[in-house]
Amino acid sequence: MTSTSVTDEVPGPGRRPSLGGDRAGTGTGRLGDRLFGGAAVGAGLLVIGLVTLIGLFLLWKAIPALAGNEANFLTSREWQVSGDHPRFGIVEMLWTTVAASGIALLIAVPVGVAVALFITHYAPRWLSRPAANLVDLLAAVPSIVYGLWGLRTFGPTFVPVQEWLTAHLGWFPPFSATSISGSGTILFIGVVLAIMVLPIVTALSREVFAQTPVSHVEGALALGATKWEMIRTAVLPFGRPGVISASMLALGRALGETIAVTIIVSALAQGTPWTWSLLNGGETFASRIANNAAEFDSPQKTGAFIAAGLVLFVLTFVVNAIARVVIERRKAFSE
Amino acid sequence: MKIQRLGQVASVALMGSIALTACGSDNNTGTAAGDSSSSSSSAASDCPTGTLDAEGSSAQKNAIDEAIASFQEKCAGTTVNYNPTGSGAGIKQFLAGQVDFAGSDSALKTTPKDGKVEADEAAKYCGSPAWNLPMVTGPIAISYNVKGLDTLVLTPEVAANIFDGKITTWNDKAIAAVNPGVTLPAEPIKVFFRSDESGTTENFTKYLAAAAPKAWTAEPGKSWTGKGEGKEKSAGVASAVKATEGGITYAEWSYAKDNDLSIAQVDNGSGPVQLSGEAVGKAVAAAKPDGEGNDLRLKLDYATKEPGAYPILLVTYEIVCSKGKDAGKAALTKAFLTHFASAETQKSLEDIGYAPLPAEVQTKVETAIAALS
Repeated sequence: MTSTSVTDEVPGPGRRPSLGGDRAGTGTGRLGDRLFGGAAVGAGLLVIGLVTLIGLFLLWKAIPALAGNEANFLTSREWQVSGDHPRFGIVEMLWTTVAASGIALLIAVPVGVAVALFITHYAPRWLSRPAANLVDLLAAVPSIVYGLWGLRTFGPTFVPVQEWLTAHLGWFPPFSATSISGSGTILFIGVVLAIMVLPIVTALSREVFAQTPVSHVEGALALGATKWEMIRTAVLPFGRPGVISASMLALGRALGETIAVTIIVSALAQGTPWTWSLLNGGETFASRIANNAAEFDSPQKTGAFIAAGLVLFVLTFVVNAIARVVIERRKAFSE
Repeated sequence: MKIQRLGQVASVALMGSIALTACGSDNNTGTAAGDSSSSSSSAASDCPTGTLDAEGSSAQKNAIDEAIASFQEKCAGTTVNYNPTGSGAGIKQFLAGQVDFAGSDSALKTTPKDGKVEADEAAKYCGSPAWNLPMVTGPIAISYNVKGLDTLVLTPEVAANIFDGKITTWNDKAIAAVNPGVTLPAEPIKVFFRSDESGTTENFTKYLAAAAPKAWTAEPGKSWTGKGEGKEKSAGVASAVKATEGGITYAEWSYAKDNDLSIAQVDNGSGPVQLSGEAVGKAVAAAKPDGEGNDLRLKLDYATKEPGAYPILLVTYEIVCSKGKDAGKAALTKAFLTHFASAETQKSLEDIGYAPLPAEVQTKVETAIAALS
């Protein structure tokens, strides 16, 4: 929900004046104007109300559990939520979630932008439409399918890549060897998530690139720019805020992805030594909550998991806020 | 433009009518079910009609599905729904009045947990004592995947040390000592555990703690306290072992069978025992009753030295109100459980990886079901 607000910021030269026009239009007293204005305001308030209520619900359920927690919630690696002396902390989930989503973005953004450029500027007309539709189709695949495909088909073929990394780059902490066998690693989760968020990056970037003013494109070409130089000087700067908001939307999806991660990832046993390796297992916020949801038998336990959900909520919120700041800066810079 | 508009209007109208009919049919089935269940209470035959909802343990899912299929074949017009959401969720829904009975891997607790005593809560909800009826016994198989190693014997101590990460290679001296004459490969042992909280983990750790108290010192519980790599649910651990050379895990028998995994024999002190329905029945028969009267909670003796008894198992109980809150539902519950507990149904469970209740326990369960009202 918070991410929608970011996409609203996708700039379009055509859109800005029309927004202004809308605002002026609400002043007239025509019935249609009032109805539409009222409906729009109502929808906006409803969403704001919903997000606030979700936040309050999370807080309300989490606070009693947090009060009973005997370990540091933010820094502890333990997760002992039942019994009289609950000790739990989120640092491990935070690391797995952020690391996997980070890898997903590192892969999905460059590839997504390249695909969008291909569709808008390189592909012949007859190919660009079907190619765009095919990429959009990726977004329609249910995440359980990605999970099963990742576990059974893609995972085994990815194992040699991981083995190569540990053999050749094992001295570098993120690629050091761990006890995890097979593909249940943070790195692999990141790769699968990248495929899942690719259509989001591509679809939004495509829309923005397609709106590059023709005068900019033709100007660049007229000055003797090659196609690549034209894209670098006209299309990419114009589309940058759009690409950033697309990435943030994708990041939101990656942070919250549940079932595919739950199926693929290997959880760590309590007390496994800490490592920075991306080839280690772990659980994300969403996967741990989903995996244990069936056994929420006491308010204490439920509260602990909801507190973890609250952190995810705040994390998404912060990510979106940062994106907003970045986009605002870019706008000021480009105008 | 006009045509497009018309089309839109038409599609909205269509959607509306679909939504309305959906509501209508919902109401119809609701009243139909109500009617039939009230009429069934007066009929009091073997086959009351109506709908029964149950929820709980996923360990007994396949067993209860089998029983439901044969029950519905026998009694046309009855529907039994079982939602395998987990023991905790089942008990919670039962106490909230959402389902007619719950399936749970452990009997209702009689000691306070988080300030509440489950058994008292259930009695309060039912207005009569709630009974735990052992119905499905699911052996837990220690399954492994090692090329060329067809038979493997484990003692509780060796198993505990493997699952606690103290024994890390297959050719460890401790394993070799209980497997004379077997060639063990020099490869690492990969332990897989259930990453979700589960009754299987609870019963397996209870076994390790009871049979090898020196080697397994952690408190048994639903979340794993040993070492290894966590996978989601029974299907996850079983397929992980299948895909990993040197892997070992604990899982319900059916999952080990379905994935063609090798199953270790267990030696509790009176010789290695191969997992079979009969061997499990012996262990269940050796269990002591722990409840009063028809509340048939069992106290399993995991450390049993009974020859030929396979000691690692979990018993799934059906938790019911001894006096039903709704006469129609009570009659239906009674009919279904009678069918489930019958020797014939129990026998049919062995093919799908469960062990039938041994005769003496089965008779007790039938007596208890007959006393339900």
